[in-house]
Amino acid sequence: MTNTREGRRSQIELPVGYQVEHDPDDLWGDARVVVNIGPTHPAMHGALRMVAKLNGETIEKSYCEFGFTHRAKEKLGENRTFHNFTVYTDRLNYCSALINNVTYALAVEKLMGIQVPERCMWIRMICCELARIMDHLICIGINAVDLGAFSFFLYGFHQREEAYTLVEKLCGARLTTSFTRIGGLMADAPDGFERELKAWVEKTRKVIDEMDELLTNNKIWKKRTVGVGVFNKEDCMQYSFSGPNARAAGIDLDLRRDQPCLLYKEVEFDVPVAQNGDVFDRYMVRLSEIRQSLNILSQCADKMKKGPIWSEDKRVRIPEKTVVHNTMEGMIHHFKFFMTGFEVPPGEAYTQFEAANGELGFYIVSKGASRAHRMRIRGPSVWHFQGISPMVEGEKIADMVAALGSINIIAGELDR
Amino acid sequence: MDIRHPIPGNGGDWAVKFGEIWNSQISQVRDTFGAGIEDIKMPDTYPTDVPIVYVQRSKILEVLKYFKESVGFEYGFLADITATDESGSPRFEVAYQLFSHSRLCRIRIKVRVPEGEAIPSAVSLWKGADWAEREVFDMFGITFSGHPNLRRILMDERWVGHPLRKDYPIRGYQIFTDSQAVDPERLK
Repeated sequence: MTNTREGRRSQIELPVGYQVEHDPDDLWGDARVVVNIGPTHPAMHGALRMVAKLNGETIEKSYCEFGFTHRAKEKLGENRTFHNFTVYTDRLNYCSALINNVTYALAVEKLMGIQVPERCMWIRMICCELARIMDHLICIGINAVDLGAFSFFLYGFHQREEAYTLVEKLCGARLTTSFTRIGGLMADAPDGFERELKAWVEKTRKVIDEMDELLTNNKIWKKRTVGVGVFNKEDCMQYSFSGPNARAAGIDLDLRRDQPCLLYKEVEFDVPVAQNGDVFDRYMVRLSEIRQSLNILSQCADKMKKGPIWSEDKRVRIPEKTVVHNTMEGMIHHFKFFMTGFEVPPGEAYTQFEAANGELGFYIVSKGASRAHRMRIRGPSVWHFQGISPMVEGEKIADMVAALGSINIIAGELDR
Repeated sequence: MDIRHPIPGNGGDWAVKFGEIWNSQISQVRDTFGAGIEDIKMPDTYPTDVPIVYVQRSKILEVLKYFKESVGFEYGFLADITATDESGSPRFEVAYQLFSHSRLCRIRIKVRVPEGEAIPSAVSLWKGADWAEREVFDMFGITFSGHPNLRRILMDERWVGHPLRKDYPIRGYQIFTDSQAVDPERLK
C-alpha cells in the first residue's frame, strides 16, 4: 500500500495531535524545509531549477523554473533564412541532433512540396535511428548513474562513442551535425558505410543484452525504480506526454508507425509498450526501443541502394563546387543561395516526427519570403518537464532524481 | 510547387486519407456552433496541411471541449498551443494543434485576438495547457482569463516587452545579474 502514489500521499499528513502554531514570520509553517535544487546541480539534467517544499524527506509541493539557456531560437527562425536555420536545430536536443535536422528538413520540404530521392530517405532513417539509440543510451545510462549504478553507464557509453564515430564518418561532426539540407543531405554516405553500420549493430546487440542482464533484475535497481514516479495514462493525456514516456504508461502510439514519414512503412519493427508508467517501465521501454532501432538499422543497411541524394528541385539545390569555382553564373547562383536564400511558398504546416523523447514538431508559417513568418518548435521536453511536479508530489526527494532522469529532459530543447 | 503538392509519406496524402473524416467533422461543428465558427480553411483551397477552424473568441473553450470529447472527434492530445503576430487587425492568432490518438488525424483551431484582449484559458480541459499558455503570454503578451498562474516562463519576470512580437528588436537584450527569488506563494 505504501508503494503507491496514494499511499505515499497519505504519509504526508502530520501525526495526530501535532499542532502547527502560526507564526506570521514563518512563511513555511512548522517543520517544512524549502530546498532549491538547481539551476546548477549535478542531479539536474541541464540548467533546470526546482523549488521543493519538504516535509522530512517527502516533497509536499514543488514548482519548476527553466529558461536559463534560452537562446531565442523561434525569434532567430524569423530572422534567418530557411537554409541558415538548420544549424540552430542541432542545438535543440543535442543528444539526438540528427533527428532535429531531419525533422526540420521534412518540415520545410513539406511546405515546398519537395520529394527527396530514396537513398536520401534511407540515410535519413539511419541518422534518426542512430540518434535515437544514442539518446536512449544516455538517458538510461545517466538515470542509472543518478541512482548509483555507474558501470552500467560505461557499457552504454562506449557503444555511444562508436555510434558518434559512425556519425562522424557521415558528416564530419560528432555532436552538432547539421547533416541535412532542405531537399537533400550535406554529403552521401561513404563507401562501406553499410558494412560498418551492420558490424556496429551486431556489437551493440550484444552490449544491450549485457546491459539488460546487468541491471534489469538487480534488486537495488528494482527497489529504487518500481512504483516510483508513476504517471498513468490519464495524467499522460492531461500533460500531453508523448514518446517513450507515454508508451511506458500504456499509450500505444508511435508516430513512426501511425503517421509514417520517410520509408518507415517499408521496415518492420515493434512498438514496445508498458503499463505502469513508473521509472522502471520507462527504462524498459527505452531498452526495448534500442533493440527495435537496431533492427531498423540493419534493415536500412540492407535495403539502401546507390543513387542520388539530392532532389531535382532547382530552388533548393546547392550549386556544385566545380561550377561555382569555374563559372560566373555558378558563382552568382552560389552567392544568391547563401546570402538571400530560397523563397518558400506561402502556407503553414505542423510537421511532427517521433523524436527520441517524444513528438518533436515544427509549426512553420511562411508568407512567401526566404525567412519564416513564424517558426514554432514544439519540444517534447517542455511538456514532460511540466509533469514532473505532479509526478513527484508525495515522493521522497531522492526519488525525484530518479523520476527526472527517467523522463529525459534535455535543456536545449526545453529552453530553445 | 508548394504544400499542396503531395509527398507520399510526409503528410502529402493526408487530404486523401482523412478528407472524409475532416469533412464530416467540420459540417458537424458548423451545425453545432453556427456563428461561433468564423471561418474554415481546407487543405484543398488554402495552403495548409490540415483544416484550420477559426473560432470566435468567446466560444473557444466550448469548441475545444467539443473536439476533445465528442464521439467521432476524440482529439484528446493537445500537441501545441502557440500564437502568431499578424501585425494587422486583429493582431494575433492563437493556434491549437490537436491530435486524435484513435483516428490518427490532426486539426488546427485558431482564434483571432486583438491586442490587449484576453481569451479563455484551456487549463480546465488540459492541465498541460498551463505552460504553453504561459509561454504565449510571455512571448506575445496575450492574456488568458482563468489561468491559475499567468506569469513569464522563459524570460525573467523582470523582462520588459514581449520578444516574439514583430516590433521587438532582435538584439533587444536585457541583462539581469541576480536570480529570481523563491516565491513562497507558489508552494502553498
